[in-house]
Amino acid sequence: MPTLLAPPAPETTPQLACSHCGDACPDEPILLPSQPELHFCCQGCKAVYELLDASNLCTYYRLDDKPGQKVKEVELPGRFDYLDSESVQAQLLAFRSPTLAKLTFSIPQMHCASCIWLLENLFKLNPGISSSRVNFLRKEVTVSYQPALTSLKDVVKLLASVGYEPQITLAELGAQPHHTNRTLYYRLGLAAFAFGNVMLMAFPDYFSFTEALQAGFGQFFGWLSMALSLPVLLVGAQGFYHSAWQGLKQRYINLDFPISLGLTALFVTSVFDVATGRGPGYFDSFTGLVFFMLIGKWVQQRSYDALRFDRDFTSYFPVAVTLLAKEGEKSISVKELKAGQRIRVRNQEIIPADAVLLRGTGQIDYSFVSGESVPVPKAAGEIVYAGGRQVGEALELEVVREVSQGYLTQLWNNPAFQKEEKASLETYANKVGRYFVALTLVLALGSILYWYPRDPQMALRAFTSVLVIACPCALSLATPFALGAALRVLGRRQFYLKNSAVVETLGRADTIVFDKTGTLTDVKRSALEYQGRPLTALEQQAVAAVVAQSTHPLSQRLASELQAISWPVEQFREIAGQGLSGTVAGVAVKVGSVAFVGLTSATEKSADTSDNLQSRVHICLDGEVLGCYIFRNVYRDDLRSVLNGLGRRYRLAVLSGDNDTEQERLRQLFGSEAELRFRQTPQDKLDYIAALKQQGRTVIMVGDGLNDAGALQQADAGIALTDTLSNFSPACDAILDAGSFGRLSTFLKFSQDCLQVVLATFVLSFCYNGIGLGLAVQGKFTPIVSAILMPISSLSVIVFATLLVRLAGRLNRL
Amino acid sequence: MTIIFLLIGISLLVALTFLASFFWAVRSGQYEDDYTPSVRILFEDETE
Repeated sequence: MPTLLAPPAPETTPQLACSHCGDACPDEPILLPSQPELHFCCQGCKAVYELLDASNLCTYYRLDDKPGQKVKEVELPGRFDYLDSESVQAQLLAFRSPTLAKLTFSIPQMHCASCIWLLENLFKLNPGISSSRVNFLRKEVTVSYQPALTSLKDVVKLLASVGYEPQITLAELGAQPHHTNRTLYYRLGLAAFAFGNVMLMAFPDYFSFTEALQAGFGQFFGWLSMALSLPVLLVGAQGFYHSAWQGLKQRYINLDFPISLGLTALFVTSVFDVATGRGPGYFDSFTGLVFFMLIGKWVQQRSYDALRFDRDFTSYFPVAVTLLAKEGEKSISVKELKAGQRIRVRNQEIIPADAVLLRGTGQIDYSFVSGESVPVPKAAGEIVYAGGRQVGEALELEVVREVSQGYLTQLWNNPAFQKEEKASLETYANKVGRYFVALTLVLALGSILYWYPRDPQMALRAFTSVLVIACPCALSLATPFALGAALRVLGRRQFYLKNSAVVETLGRADTIVFDKTGTLTDVKRSALEYQGRPLTALEQQAVAAVVAQSTHPLSQRLASELQAISWPVEQFREIAGQGLSGTVAGVAVKVGSVAFVGLTSATEKSADTSDNLQSRVHICLDGEVLGCYIFRNVYRDDLRSVLNGLGRRYRLAVLSGDNDTEQERLRQLFGSEAELRFRQTPQDKLDYIAALKQQGRTVIMVGDGLNDAGALQQADAGIALTDTLSNFSPACDAILDAGSFGRLSTFLKFSQDCLQVVLATFVLSFCYNGIGLGLAVQGKFTPIVSAILMPISSLSVIVFATLLVRLAGRLNRL
Repeated sequence: MTIIFLLIGISLLVALTFLASFFWAVRSGQYEDDYTPSVRILFEDETE
């Protein structure tokens, strides 16, 4: 019967918070002699404080409470040497001349006003920096410096030393600068200008007491309104015509087609009216409609600038690697690696290219890349694939293939991994648009046929009025405002969608596929079970002291579970893949695999092949084997409740790159209906999702690592789960913060509710269209009627959509 | 009341200059970042 661990001794002393970063200080906090009231948790924080104090930058601490970030303790010399290379500089710098160099860094760690202040005051720390400007929404800072006084390497070193190390990955090399689309702002400005002025000039028409005056000025106002509306038609409404034309070219009618039709009809009728002196025309409605619809487009365009939804593997790879050349070690850009060169990869570094292991024992963590949860041991002479992370001692490797030719990078470059161009979104709006066009044409022709025998003049008027009123402008406002509000509601709960169309896909999904490692399991935690003779507290501490010396993830987890106090260990030895040994207070401790602790198969029931699968660590003290710790994957806390909520409405599946030891536990969680597949390669996952889509299902994929990249693209909606938003996440349609994983079921229900809100808003706008149509076929659709109906319908649809979505959010407790 | 023709003409001109200045503001990148200036304005100028 497995016994649980003994509970640790309770903490009695309260802990001070570091004045720099806010973390807990050790029992003896580090103090500054000149200002003893400050406490620091580590030398790194103290160093940053001293640096800022020396340059008179202590406003940093006044603007926000404890704004600092913990600086990495391991400072490898020469880490930034690759920045001296000309080719790297050419790819990173946006502008270079002998007197000025300018570039933009991505610094996702910035989170407060202090960060902004410090980053804009860099010139006080390094006089070679002439200016720096922060764009907080995009988490970027643009730095201009003088190459004569300082270098790129010094700038980056400075940023790293104050805790704001910029993120420089392979993707940043040669990346295009971010261009916001300003066209919409120009169009919006133009439409607003025209709308305001045309409305003012249309005012006299609404009132009967101005009729006498209007007789004199009416013509003038009419021509002026036409002059103002012309640019709106040609420039402002461009987007709608362009989109309708794109749709038509692919024999597809989307919502912009009837909109374009309606706008054209409005404009032509108005020009005709003004030119023949018949009346003022509908220019006020025309400009008003274009204005409202452009606002709708603007609302739809707002998204999250700081998050990148289109990262590929190049964002995951580092930019530099340590090259072992004849002259010694130097840091070079990863893109310059050639076959045959020797490189060194240290603990926690990513292997950038396929290589053969020369020296050192490898423990390669491929969990992000293939989903295997246990590091793979590699010995000298074995080939190691790019993308894995070394955990353990530094390795020497000889490159076999260049970075872009690597086995896994070839996989990710596979065109199947790219999302197909979805030019035609089969949204509700587009479906409705098609019916609208049909209905409009039928009604328009009908009204002509009705009126022509009776009154030919009226026939023309009725025809154009039908076309005008049938312009589904209110309809086209429903979707952006409703889904835009939905995006904001979800964003407040840390579920960030790429654009509002994703809400619709989420609402219509019927199948959810999960990845296992990192998505369903929390890789930072492990559940420990102990089998064997129970250990006393002293024995536990002895074991803890030994495992704390190792960097293997299992050792680290065991050490943190046992809460090691650092007892001195003599004769510590680590044999990778086998185990650890050491002497603590005279007791010989051995921790490791079955063979390492010297067990014969007779005494151990389970076969040794299950050792690696279950991650068992056996304990042997003074030659006596006491028992073993079994590490189990820890599933996320809210997984059970999430699955309960989802299981009834969706078909579930799990695709894992790991082996099938967890099958029973997963079966318990997911029930008997779900499909569980193991040992899936990234290609297998992609194929599975493609097969599901072939069956006509709408699939959501939830994954976290590069091994899910293909599946995330193939799925109708790919959700990347992440523990830290600033870390890498593969290309996806939505990013879900791990803390909000428990609400996944609520999010999906909310999306379904939003679709119903959209439909309800459609109904509302149909009512307006119905009233208008009724008037139009009777020939009573005058400019005044239009001037009243159009703004009211637009505004009410906007308000209705937004409020209903907020209500849905509140009802779902979001 | 024919003065209205002139008045409307002049007011349109004024409005057009405002439109032009809006275009200039967008073009010079003032709408790229609409959050950071709100924080930046509260920083104090420190006398050296």
